[in-house]
Amino acid sequence: MSVTAIHDDHHDHGPTKGFMRWVTTTNHKDIGTLYLVFSLAMFMVGGAMALVIRAELFEPGMQFVDPLFFNSMTTLHALIMVFGAVMPAFAGLANWMIPMMIGSPDMALPRLNNWSFWLLPFAAVMLVSTLFMDGGAAAAGWTLYPPLSLQAGASFPFTIFTIHILGISSIMAAINIIVTILNMRAPGMTLMKMPLFVWTWLITAFLLIAIMPVFAGAVTMLLTDKFFGTSFFNAAGGGDPVLYQHLFWFFGHPEVYVLILPSFGIVSQIIPTFARKPLFGYSSMVYATASIGFLSFVVWAHHQYTVGMPVEGELYFTYATMLIAVPTGVKVFNWMSTMWQGAMTFEAPMLWAIAFVVLFTMGGFTGLMMAISPADLQYHDTYFIVAHFHYVLVSGAVFAIIAAVYYWLPKWTGVMYDERLANLHFWLTTISVNVCFFPQHFLGLAGMPRRIPDYALQFAEFNAWSSVGAFVFGFSQLILCYIVVKSMRGEGEKATDEVWEGASEHGLEWQLPSPAPYHTWEHSPHIH
Amino acid sequence: MALHGSYYLPHKATQPILGSIGLFMLLVGFSNYLNGSDLGPTMMWIGVGILAYMMFVWFGSVIRESVAGLYNHQVDVSFRMGMIWFITSEVFFFAAFFGALFYSRILALPWMGGEGSALGVHTHQYLWDTFKNVWPSNGPGHIGGKEGGEFEPMAAWGIPAINTLILLTSGATVTWAHWGMLKDNRKQLIIGLAATVALGFLFVILQGVEYHEAYSEMGLTLGTGIYGSTFFMLTGFHGLHVSIGAIILTVVLLRSIRGHFSSENHFAFEAAAWYWHFVDVVWLGLFIFVYWL
Ligand code: HEM
Ligand SMILES: [Cu+2]
Repeated sequence: MSVTAIHDDHHDHGPTKGFMRWVTTTNHKDIGTLYLVFSLAMFMVGGAMALVIRAELFEPGMQFVDPLFFNSMTTLHALIMVFGAVMPAFAGLANWMIPMMIGSPDMALPRLNNWSFWLLPFAAVMLVSTLFMDGGAAAAGWTLYPPLSLQAGASFPFTIFTIHILGISSIMAAINIIVTILNMRAPGMTLMKMPLFVWTWLITAFLLIAIMPVFAGAVTMLLTDKFFGTSFFNAAGGGDPVLYQHLFWFFGHPEVYVLILPSFGIVSQIIPTFARKPLFGYSSMVYATASIGFLSFVVWAHHQYTVGMPVEGELYFTYATMLIAVPTGVKVFNWMSTMWQGAMTFEAPMLWAIAFVVLFTMGGFTGLMMAISPADLQYHDTYFIVAHFHYVLVSGAVFAIIAAVYYWLPKWTGVMYDERLANLHFWLTTISVNVCFFPQHFLGLAGMPRRIPDYALQFAEFNAWSSVGAFVFGFSQLILCYIVVKSMRGEGEKATDEVWEGASEHGLEWQLPSPAPYHTWEHSPHIH
Repeated sequence: MALHGSYYLPHKATQPILGSIGLFMLLVGFSNYLNGSDLGPTMMWIGVGILAYMMFVWFGSVIRESVAGLYNHQVDVSFRMGMIWFITSEVFFFAAFFGALFYSRILALPWMGGEGSALGVHTHQYLWDTFKNVWPSNGPGHIGGKEGGEFEPMAAWGIPAINTLILLTSGATVTWAHWGMLKDNRKQLIIGLAATVALGFLFVILQGVEYHEAYSEMGLTLGTGIYGSTFFMLTGFHGLHVSIGAIILTVVLLRSIRGHFSSENHFAFEAAAWYWHFVDVVWLGLFIFVYWL
């Protein structure tokens, strides 16, 4: 169906002025910008917490913080990075790019879109404010396992309700994205012509709709167990603390795919552009994404190998988890084949995308090691798993987000970033991320537990390296902030509409002017 | 610009920020209340007020835009899809609580009662080697209940069976109202809707009676072990949804009386009806697994 849009402000076809523009906006680009700026701010807040952790762990013994505060740091760091930095970054990219990529004038439900974003700052305030409460902030880990999480002080209900708000926000955003993709495509933009970023977000949104309510239910049970006398997780009343773990990981494992599927989409956009070839195996990419999405629902208990599941359970979850490596392997193979014999150039987005493929794959391999339940009895709750999920999340998800920012920033702002600075940012980050996280594999294998503020002497050297890497990593991100702020102020060489040589063959967004005007595709393009 | 055939995009939305402020105050207030602060309830009720006002304004604008004919077919499709996915998310919310029920009944309690030790589950042996698992249970510690931890489970064939009939009938009346709508028969529409709303509220009242009995005579409360927890959380959230559904249907009834709908254009009615059927289906699950089996 052909789309033309009407705006109820079509006298002045631009944004209103001032702060209220951002509060009341329904424009997908404005909301995308809000999400991305919020995400960057949270990345800094969460990053600062990570540096508190690494400062404390720089050498054995207690140096800066008390253990409770240390635990609050690990808990809040994870919650803020997952829900405040990575997910909002993807939502921002979805807002900016999906309508432009499918030839739609905006998101399908613009008011709801505004609300999805404007819940987030309130949730962030609520969560961070718990640092100043009696008994300190949440400190039981981002997984909030009972009975430990039930022992929190005044922060407890605030933490639970933060999660409810975040859940509402994610569900509304997911609904909006699904409806936009299914209902707002330009004529000729069939499902199997959609860019992979759109496909991966479609599947991500399905995951969100299925898992966020379960998480909300699980934390609601925590709340009633603490304040209203229920026995969901109390064995004396016939409940079971392990029940919480099942509910949490039914949410939690698909959630890690929420954090990675859009990254797959981003990398699948970038590699073809800079290899100057179409994506290898487009339809297998779509099916691989869908099967990863499906499988992510049936592997959750690989996080619980040590809680005393029946042997059948251990076996089933081992095999099911290893199955995920198959579609994931398909993806890595396709990215490499896309590069094969391509006319490659290595601008910043491509550098980050290639680093993603290499480093994410390393995280995938450690994942496979931990999938084997008898082996995981050794790895579980050690620094090995910390290394695993930072390889997939930092050098995976975060690298993909940074790649996307460099890739689309000229389209958003109309100016090119400074390629030399971007290269510096890339190399500093890529080296330091490995200095930070690679030694953690050895620490974990040698038995250093996660979530502790002090450790035995034999772990000292690797920890020192890891902390040095973390600080270099953290401060390198100031370069990113500088580059982004500079571009947002319109400083830099003017970008062409196509931005990247030959890009207009790789997506509708490159056929629009740079910077993309406030309203785009008011009359839908025709796709052949 | 021709209105016909265009996708309407609203601008300058003030409702969402109100919603955020309201929700924030509601939840911060509730948290303070739970932590025992005096300020809590006031703040909470202000939050509720703001949220209610926000919904009034938000739905008000949507209704006004709809009546003004700003929504084309494609907008209608967006709303429909949105509603379907919203209901899907609600299904998963209930699934969490059904999951808790099944997990406790099928795995956790039998293991505590001694099953599965051949599989390596040793809770029974180490913790409660005298515990025998019989559903309904409030666990080895006999948590809650009357003195001595006794309690009576809720029987299926009293009020719950009547409530099942009521909800099923209301599902039929809302469909009958829909037929009226499709024939542009206003009278049938209004009578059907009014009957549905009445049945909905009757259901809620009867559930109140049932709860009262549970608390005052049966020793069955939210705190009665895992049985009480799953019973009240499942039926409680369901009852909340029935109430919300009945309120939505009331609004739709008022709008029908004002003549807002036509046989072609009545998304709000259908959304409310879908929601109602969803609530109905959840109840069937409850009746079977919570009351009956
Ligand atoms: C190749 C696919 C993957 C496999 C086989 C895999 C396997 C595993 C296993 C078995 C664990 C549990 C380790 C333990 O607690 O002992 C784990 C933990 C984790 N994984 Fe993965 N993983 C994979 C990919 C990913 C991806 C793509 C992400 C996110 C982007 C991710 C994020 C995490 C996180 C955050 C944890 C730790 C959760 C916690 O306990 O706090 N994994 N993974
Ligand atoms: Cu997992």
